[in-house]
Amino acid sequence: MSERYRTGDRVRTSTVDPDHHTRLPHYARGRVGTVVGSDGVHPLADLNARGIRQPQQVYLVRFPARELFGHGDHNVTLSLWEDYLGDE
Amino acid sequence: MSDDHDDSPIAARVRELEAILEEKGLIDPRELDQVLEAFTAKASPANGFRVVARAWTDDGFRARLLADANDTLPEVGLSMGGGLQPQVLHVVENTADVHNVIVCTLCSCYPLSLLGPSPTWYKSPAYRSKVVSHPREVLEQFGLALPDSTRIEVWDANAESRYMVLPRRPAGTEGLAEAELAALVTRNGLIGTAAV
Repeated sequence: MSERYRTGDRVRTSTVDPDHHTRLPHYARGRVGTVVGSDGVHPLADLNARGIRQPQQVYLVRFPARELFGHGDHNVTLSLWEDYLGDE
Repeated sequence: MSDDHDDSPIAARVRELEAILEEKGLIDPRELDQVLEAFTAKASPANGFRVVARAWTDDGFRARLLADANDTLPEVGLSMGGGLQPQVLHVVENTADVHNVIVCTLCSCYPLSLLGPSPTWYKSPAYRSKVVSHPREVLEQFGLALPDSTRIEVWDANAESRYMVLPRRPAGTEGLAEAELAALVTRNGLIGTAAV
């Protein structure tokens, strides 16, 4: 499976608030983070919840707390499917 | 297994679904119990303690564990394949400069096979929402005061992966055997809400 992003790439998460199941938490929507690794290829959770299996690349993406919450000096790392990500 | 979920709507739905599947003859009434019992019998924080003690005493094991935990667990007779589906495990290492803590903000994902059943607070909305935004304060509530110079890394198990923290080996334990070291580790240490 081809990977659209590489470690070190900066990405922005989707701002879409879907009315279906998703694994992109609210607090990490529309935020800029850095890809820190691959997290394998897994069925996209949003579709899998509706019985559709569409395997897709998942990335480990790290966000500075300040980007997520406007304060804090820690980082938060999430596993995000490629569909959740766009170029910065 | 998760006693505190018994009254939740999801538990009621699961019970209804189970009853329907049994009624239609699609599953044997004992089948689910057997699967759950087989899994929980092996799921214990003692597994995680053993992994940590080996990592403290064997640099090669530690390096392999941090690089690919799923590939390395069989070296100590463990795997992440005991549940209904195999899970990806990431082991994250505490150092003098970095402290790791794990959470699942969307539900309560947790590496059961290595840590045993999760504590109630891990599943509480209070922990799940606050540890991502204010980890230093949350850790202080657990009695863990970190120096300002220690960077905190929070890992949200929001998708397929599970996490386990590799705590720092306490000072003054150079003479201890692997089993003695394993006895020093706590479940909270593996989550990151305690130092060890």
